[in-house]
Amino acid sequence: MTLKVVVVGAGVVGAACAFHAASAGLDVTVVDRGPVGAGTTSRGEGNVLLSDKEPGPELALARLSRTLWDEAGRELGADTLELEPKGGLVVASTDESLAALREFAARQEAAGVRAEPVDRVRDLEPHLAPGIPGGVHYPQDAQVQPVLAAAALLRAAVRRGARFHTGEVVGALTTRDGDRTPLGPTPLGPTSHGPTSHGPTSHGPAPVGPVPEGPVPGGRITGVRTAAGEVLPADAVVNAAGTWGGEVGRRLGAPVEVLPRRGFVLVTEPLPPMVRHKVYSADYVANVASSDAGLETSCVVEGTRGGTILVGASRERVGFDTTLNTAVVARLAAQACRLFPFLRGVHLMRAYRGFRPYCPDHLPVIGPDPRVPGVVHACGHEGAGIGLAPGTGALVTAHLLGRPWRDADPAAHTGLLPDRFLTPGGAPQ
Amino acid sequence: MSEPVDLVVVGAGPAGMTAAATALAGGLRVVLLDSGTALGGQYWRHPPEHARAAVPTDDLHHGLGRYRALCRALAAHRSAGRLDLRLAHHAWSAVREGDGFAVHVVDRRDAPRETAAVLRAPRLLVATGAYDRQLPFPGWDLPGVLTAGGLQALLKGGGVAAGSRVALGGTGPFLLPVAAGLAARGVEVVAVCEAAHPRAWLRHPGPLLRNPGKWAEGASYAATLARHRVPVRPRTAIVAAEGGARVTAVRLAPLAPDGSPRPGTERRVEVDAVGVGWGFAPQLDLLVPLGCALTESADGNAVAAVDAGQRTTVPGLYTAGETCGVGGAALAVHEGRLAAWSVLADSGAAAPAPANRARTAVRSAVARQRAFARAMALAHPVPRAWPAWLTDETVVCRCEEVTAGAVRTARADGAHDHRQVKQLTRAGMGWCQGRMCGPAVHCLTARGRAYEPAERLVATPVTLGALAGLDEEPTDNAEPDKECS
Amino acid sequence: MSEIVVDGDPLPFVEGQTVAAALVAAGRVAWRTTRVGRRPRGVFCGIGVCFDCLVTVDGARGQRACLLPARPGMTVTTREDDDE
Repeated sequence: MTLKVVVVGAGVVGAACAFHAASAGLDVTVVDRGPVGAGTTSRGEGNVLLSDKEPGPELALARLSRTLWDEAGRELGADTLELEPKGGLVVASTDESLAALREFAARQEAAGVRAEPVDRVRDLEPHLAPGIPGGVHYPQDAQVQPVLAAAALLRAAVRRGARFHTGEVVGALTTRDGDRTPLGPTPLGPTSHGPTSHGPTSHGPAPVGPVPEGPVPGGRITGVRTAAGEVLPADAVVNAAGTWGGEVGRRLGAPVEVLPRRGFVLVTEPLPPMVRHKVYSADYVANVASSDAGLETSCVVEGTRGGTILVGASRERVGFDTTLNTAVVARLAAQACRLFPFLRGVHLMRAYRGFRPYCPDHLPVIGPDPRVPGVVHACGHEGAGIGLAPGTGALVTAHLLGRPWRDADPAAHTGLLPDRFLTPGGAPQ
Repeated sequence: MSEPVDLVVVGAGPAGMTAAATALAGGLRVVLLDSGTALGGQYWRHPPEHARAAVPTDDLHHGLGRYRALCRALAAHRSAGRLDLRLAHHAWSAVREGDGFAVHVVDRRDAPRETAAVLRAPRLLVATGAYDRQLPFPGWDLPGVLTAGGLQALLKGGGVAAGSRVALGGTGPFLLPVAAGLAARGVEVVAVCEAAHPRAWLRHPGPLLRNPGKWAEGASYAATLARHRVPVRPRTAIVAAEGGARVTAVRLAPLAPDGSPRPGTERRVEVDAVGVGWGFAPQLDLLVPLGCALTESADGNAVAAVDAGQRTTVPGLYTAGETCGVGGAALAVHEGRLAAWSVLADSGAAAPAPANRARTAVRSAVARQRAFARAMALAHPVPRAWPAWLTDETVVCRCEEVTAGAVRTARADGAHDHRQVKQLTRAGMGWCQGRMCGPAVHCLTARGRAYEPAERLVATPVTLGALAGLDEEPTDNAEPDKECS
Repeated sequence: MSEIVVDGDPLPFVEGQTVAAALVAAGRVAWRTTRVGRRPRGVFCGIGVCFDCLVTVDGARGQRACLLPARPGMTVTTREDDDE
């Protein structure tokens, strides 16, 4: 019998889960209250990075994911994803930070990352400011256009039999409340794209839906209920709700701590190609792993196919506050201009904000939740969700199948399991 | 100006000028800023004051008496040191800050040099007006095809006509003053194509009869057009423009009741310039990120929701004029006054409240003119079947050169609003950020709902260098304008 | 009458006119080409909203000709700068 999987969330991670699960022959339904890629996916630069990750569980997933992006590019067409293996260049502004960067890069290299020390950074990026002592080139760093990539993955999943259902999941059904809900193959609700709210996903936090009835503890999941009262039967439910993964986990009876971290990305006017790589200062590496409250910025500068230059990325823990922080914008602008002086005369055309989903230890939470059999988490990727999406999709599929899938072996990624947040009894720590 | 400011007014058109003058008369200290180089906005667009002798434009205007009175009043308050007038200042963001607002501007008086500055006040009044609403058609991106407002702006601001044989098309009463202005400057206006049915106004006669001033203005345009033998063609649209380096001809087609061109009836008319406009889209860029609620207007636009005193749903934030519903300059003036009265009342200003009679008179004028605007909007709708004149190759997004065919493909892929189309096609991602193509892409994907523009956190482009300056040495209040207005 | 310099050639303007008005007065309605289709573009909205009329002024790129007052001696470049 084919395993019925409901994937909650049609962002890039949900789309990748659907793509891999459908490719593995599972019966997949993706459910989201909005259209594909309308949440944090549409607010990212499209980073597929190895360079910013220190050796450990995230880097292991990132390396797998990087290979799977190439595979997706071959299967779906690199153009449909705007997959560009442009490489990254991390530059250090002082001799001390260069030494630290080189040391960090050596450890990454030992973990399987290609990292090439560069002395003359302007050979790689002619418009960089003079006087930069050096950097490290990471040829494996790449970029995709996140919404196009999510849409392409979801389309491919649908071609492989998956369904996309518009609706908001408000609760789970489990074997313990089977008396109240029909089990077995229940007809799905309408699967046409009904009218959806177009506000919340693009303007910030989700409206909290009706208060769900929590499933009775201990029961295996049998389906999810939507706000419209439909029941989607499921043997397994994947929580790929990104920044809203904490709330969705709660509704499924399997809460995980996923918090929003606000970020702004600046977009310039379109220009002839001026920046070839993803270029960032070495401080970014420190910031990504930081637990400090408040504002952090360290800019990442890169060109896009559309000719614009993206300047990211700030990180602030301010809940779902949507206000533009003009001080952040000014700080990012100043940092970008220090790296690339020509940017002083280039116009900021647009800024966008997103809410990155992060877990307290800054690692994604991927794998089955021991408290509610059938619930599999795939969220909390913070700023790395685009890059880690295919690896996450393959890993989730492996967990669903109970065996490795496309080089994703659950035994090799135990550091990402939700168990790390739970006491041996199953209660949150 | 060293003392704290009570109110920042963004936009110095009819609404903003009136609001600023009223608030100043009530004793408040005001910053009035505008991106233009002269007071007046689009309706009273003028060359900079020092150049008016060289570019005479008085004969193109209506209500100049009121404009001059407002200019005099504002000049007096400026001499008294209570008005800080900032012309050539572009507001790129307005955010809540503490109990008040911070308006982030770039000073472009010395353009192309830009200097960033921040203007702060407990209350903010946004009177940023509107711009022409556009519907694409084959050839609309040829040189010489302008918005109707663009033709008007060149004429009023620079004394320049963009062509010698001009066709105008679209819908709405605005086409008439543009035609009259061009004709008065010796331009041959070969056709004014009005998509609406001439008797559509009669479906809502009440508001028309109760606004005799509008009739008088309309009659004066009609007289000018008759004098210059300008043909006005109802139920007709410009469905294509032809040319290479410049437009050389337009195709005009009578429209069926649903707005589709009647097959086999097209006429080709040679021209060297074209003006098009389908009503207006309100400029909401500063308001949307502040989180003020929007409401649907009869013309299909989402507009700022305001109470009877022009207060938005955000405390301390007011708006007047086209931002809360396109209705023309006379309505904007009244709304500006109402907004300023609310600011005065809410600030606890010492000034006596306006007499009840004055307040009642303005409120009833606003009600009457809003009803008129609503009747106009219903009489001049965007024709339902306008996409019939698009081909798959027609450019919809001028900046990123996204075609109607690409938009249709995105729609077939499940994109059901302009934001989704943008993500999938880049339509609306270019320099203008969807200001030109947004309403059209909305019509192509989500007909039936009001057009709600994308949230634009950056309301106008600003150089990274100017922004960096803000980080490097925070300059709060740059020098006020020393030039005359 | 004052002059600005457009792509190396003097262009007269009347005090108070914008760069776009000066160009249009001289019969030019297009002065830029688009990035993708190399289509000619010039003034469209005339009020700073559409960004079709962009020029480089005194070395500063991305200037809206329709907003920028012409000043004597101003240097205007209209061609796309592919190799900045």
